[in-house]
Amino acid sequence: MSAPSPRPRTLYDKVWDAHVIRTYEDGSCLLYVDRHFVFEVTSPQAFEALRDAGRRVRRPQATFAVADHNIPTLPGRTDDSGEADGRAQLALLRANTAEFGISYFDMKDPRQGIVHVIGPELGLTQPGLTIACGDSHTPTHGAFGAYAVGVGTSEVEHILATQTLLQKPARTLRIRADGRLGLGVTAKDLILAVIGRIGAAGATGHVVEFAGETVAGLSMEGRLTLSSMAIEAGARAGMIAPDDTTFAYLKGRPFAPQGTDFDRAVEKWSHLFTDHDAEFDREVAIDAATVEPMVTWGTSPDDVVPVSGRVPDPARATRPGEAEAMARALSYMRLTPGQRIADIPVDKVFIGSCTNARIEDLRAVAAVARGRKVNPRVTALVVPGSAQVKRRAEEEGIAAILKEAGFEWREAGCSMCIGLNADRLKPGERCASTSNRNFEGRQGPEGLTHLVSPPMAAAAALAGHFVDVRTLAP
Amino acid sequence: MSSPPMSDTPMSEAVPAERRFTRLKGIAAPLPIANVNTDIIAPKDLMRAVTRKGLGWGLLRPYRFDGEGRERPDFVLNREPWRHAALLVAHENFGCGSSREHAAWALADFGIRAVIAPSFAEIFQNNCIKNRLLPVPLPRPQLDAVMAAAEAGEEVEVALEAQVVRLADGRALPFEVSPLARHRLLAGIDDIADTLRYEDDILAFEDRHFRDTPWLAGRTKIEEKTHGS
Repeated sequence: MSAPSPRPRTLYDKVWDAHVIRTYEDGSCLLYVDRHFVFEVTSPQAFEALRDAGRRVRRPQATFAVADHNIPTLPGRTDDSGEADGRAQLALLRANTAEFGISYFDMKDPRQGIVHVIGPELGLTQPGLTIACGDSHTPTHGAFGAYAVGVGTSEVEHILATQTLLQKPARTLRIRADGRLGLGVTAKDLILAVIGRIGAAGATGHVVEFAGETVAGLSMEGRLTLSSMAIEAGARAGMIAPDDTTFAYLKGRPFAPQGTDFDRAVEKWSHLFTDHDAEFDREVAIDAATVEPMVTWGTSPDDVVPVSGRVPDPARATRPGEAEAMARALSYMRLTPGQRIADIPVDKVFIGSCTNARIEDLRAVAAVARGRKVNPRVTALVVPGSAQVKRRAEEEGIAAILKEAGFEWREAGCSMCIGLNADRLKPGERCASTSNRNFEGRQGPEGLTHLVSPPMAAAAALAGHFVDVRTLAP
Repeated sequence: MSSPPMSDTPMSEAVPAERRFTRLKGIAAPLPIANVNTDIIAPKDLMRAVTRKGLGWGLLRPYRFDGEGRERPDFVLNREPWRHAALLVAHENFGCGSSREHAAWALADFGIRAVIAPSFAEIFQNNCIKNRLLPVPLPRPQLDAVMAAAEAGEEVEVALEAQVVRLADGRALPFEVSPLARHRLLAGIDDIADTLRYEDDILAFEDRHFRDTPWLAGRTKIEEKTHGS
């Protein structure tokens, strides 16, 4: 820990300063990495290079591997049930983690799940830590007041070999949300509204701190949703100051500090907040009370409007190049300007991903689906974020409600968020998705993705088209 | 914290020339699209790879090929002279989305060694530099000039030492690059070998760090049981 600094610091500054090993001439720093999460898709080349260079993993005890991106999610899955090349990556991950002595939660492990879901639920994710993973949604873990960043495979290799990451300090952006989210409006709607406001590159080069009374009032699940989407605004990381909600969530988790260590940890974690007079490079404020349920219409997460709105018209574009980009997105999405969002029919509904596959998300889906039926034209998948979430949902009766309503109930994994497994859209299929990216082809070649919250996805599944979940009678 | 000059990095003659990025001159392919994401640059078929090599076939696949795998004749990389492009010119927020380094590997394998755009996503930028591929940020008016040169099929030069993009008509457009990235590219530094020179600093840091947070130091009993059956 560095000596107390006279300068007021942000939460990010505090975590950063506590992990700097050395500073280079241009201000870049060698940062210590506390936790390194590894999965099957972005690690094979890193392990291969490590092996070729005769290097070892510097801290296997800080490195945790899990298969999530391309494992099958069909019930009763086995090592043999995935797609062939995905299977090869799974086999490699198992062999590589065994060879280098790394903890690995395999397909049948009760702790398996999406890497950004299991980190928090196992207590591996803690306030004040630096966390890295070869996946762009790593900022999810920042909901605990960790500095968590997505990296490429060469950086995965660098971290495996050195336990460090070379980075320049980022600029800082505080996003303050105050006011109460309306009934049926979720953290997902809030973050989509923020991205719609600041743009898909609006936070590039910045670390975002989410603050304000709305954020403080969110559960850990809601905070994880916010932080998970920070990358969709271009942010390097998203962070939320830890508080009693955070500490209560962590207490008793298997990898969280135990006994007196937990009390010592809470004492340390309690200092992780932005000093009163610390300055951010930028500030954005949003009135959460005005946020409506949101639906994306285009192929970038900032192409978003309230469910009460219409598909926008490129003729009304104001920025250079905007009209062309909108026309391109509308053509890909097979939509016409002025079309009411609520008139857009859906073929598929996907409830899952590191953004929205936690127990609270599934409870919200069940609350909408209870006693109703999925529209017969719609195929609706519910993919829990982890084996633990799945068990819990089954114990709480959520799974039964969803199955009764006609939703498919799957094993944990990334599933149709990324379409790296058998779960993908066919060309032209339109999906209401609780995932985080609506890029061209993201959920399958020529698949059409609309990002929404879990209750909005559930409502679309029942209605067969987008509908304001707030108008569904309870 | 010590801040030694960068020149203390050994500039060994042993660094092979192909590891160093100094200047690049060639055909630039115009791709006047914003938010070109890594799902497009390196679609999921490439994500199945277990090596870094030979991924150029999948570069920008949805733009280059139709559903049956046939070339789309009007796409720039399927036309002369851009089929042999060494540079790519694009609009804002190039490389956003997934952290997949496959995007950088596919560009490099196709023969593209520099991308010029008004802005880049951060992870993509890091991935490029690790693969000796230069992201060149240019403000919109200058970018438009390069885009026009690219569309005209003229050669474009990127000179890293001078930090300028040179057009055939003699214009020299300065660009920003982080001094550390510039130094590492010019010298062809192996990042891991370079970091391992500071192993004593890492050890000293760990001593301090784990005195402060002893619960992070060891391997717990729970962790010992984590390997699959």
